[in-house]
Amino acid sequence: MSRLGAQTLRYDRPPVIAAHRSIAGGKEGEGPLGKWFDAILEDDLLGQKSWELAESEMVRRCARDALDDAGLSPGGVDALLGGDLNNHIIATSFAARKLRAPFLGLYGACSTFVEALVLGAALISAGGLDSALCCASSHFCTAERQFRFPLELGTQRPPQASWTATACGCALLRAEGRGLRITSGTLGRVIDMNISDANHMGAAMAPAVFDTLSAHLADTRQEAADYDLIVTGDLGWIGRNLLLELFRKAGIDVPEDRLVDCGASLYRQEQDVHAGGSGCGCVAAVSCGWIMKRIERGEFRRVLLSGSGAMLSPTSSQQGQSIPGISYAVCIERGD
Amino acid sequence: MSRQPYTPAQYRRVVSRATPGSRMLRGYLRAFWVGGTICCLGQAISLWAEGLNLGEITNPMFTTGVLIFLGTTLTGLGVYDRIGKYAGAGSAIPVTGFANSVAAPAIEFQREGAVAGVGARLFTLAGPVLAYGIATSVVIGALYWLIRGWLP
Repeated sequence: MSRLGAQTLRYDRPPVIAAHRSIAGGKEGEGPLGKWFDAILEDDLLGQKSWELAESEMVRRCARDALDDAGLSPGGVDALLGGDLNNHIIATSFAARKLRAPFLGLYGACSTFVEALVLGAALISAGGLDSALCCASSHFCTAERQFRFPLELGTQRPPQASWTATACGCALLRAEGRGLRITSGTLGRVIDMNISDANHMGAAMAPAVFDTLSAHLADTRQEAADYDLIVTGDLGWIGRNLLLELFRKAGIDVPEDRLVDCGASLYRQEQDVHAGGSGCGCVAAVSCGWIMKRIERGEFRRVLLSGSGAMLSPTSSQQGQSIPGISYAVCIERGD
Repeated sequence: MSRQPYTPAQYRRVVSRATPGSRMLRGYLRAFWVGGTICCLGQAISLWAEGLNLGEITNPMFTTGVLIFLGTTLTGLGVYDRIGKYAGAGSAIPVTGFANSVAAPAIEFQREGAVAGVGARLFTLAGPVLAYGIATSVVIGALYWLIRGWLP
């Protein structure tokens, strides 16, 4: 593993994505990407006593299925890396309690999945691990009660609000084997452009995504056109437009038809989700379910996948603080 | 090291240009007719109560009680949040909305138990309304007491 420029890691022994699994909720299943997900939940409580346990069970099932695909037992994976939006990432750590694999809990808000890929790939490329299961999840009902209002409260959302996806994605990285490869990863800086509207996370995160993606291109001496697709996490359609505007103003040419946002793609307009999907599970499930499968099919060769997080909490919002954003990126390539 | 192309002040202007506004007129109309309907319903209950000869003090309490019952029941049936999504302030401001703001956390936080869940969270949304509403009525009452001699 070596360093490129200020923020990028080049994985000289690029890890392989040996398996990837996605689970999505019913509303997500009805969206345009529904057929790509490996499983759609019929019961969003998953037979559990609480929404938090339901989210945890979703993580456990997704992780188990990814490990099954690769022929590994839960204890056979060298590390589980991941997180979620719950306070103290209980959904993931409670799932890890059942999986019994060594666990690295991460919090990068909705960037967690890509953060896990950056770190997991680094640990494997450095020779420290042979396998790493990277995962992230979110559940509409756990996020609503923690960040917004009780579910039954009659409120309206502004047009810039996003909808927390009920979804989970797991990618199993291995040192050897066949499959897609992660060839480089870019760390993110926390960027705050003084946006304090907690409903407008796309606006808070777009500058962080701009920062990480432009750092990646500069560090690796590439242009956006060197990628077949640039994927962002959950900026939503307003945030995606803002990111395009930031690139345009900075003089970085990013073709609009090659920039795909997971949150803006997850739902149909009629599903009344306003600016699009959000949550850790959004980028995780969409990249494991849609993006990776399309690379495997040969539709794309090199994809720059980024995730972005709004690092706010209800406390910081109530105290009037602005919203810091963060973004990570990895380059995923076909291995043949 | 990449630099942001806009200053925070410039970026804020870019964001407000890129963000669509709420559909205000549609919102006002919906709030007006739904809120108005709830108020008409309240008036109808009040007239019905007059026929029951409940008296000047009990009648308004009876009316409020029936509306709170309706708001709470519709919350429990999962209907009031849909009305609120449609009508906004039209269903939030009447006392049925107040009932919704108490019943919704009561349902939501059952799993945290009767004390730390329902008991502690029951008034998370309605609490500020109660606190400042009661405080304001005390102040108004005191003012009324001071100036009542000069009133016609």
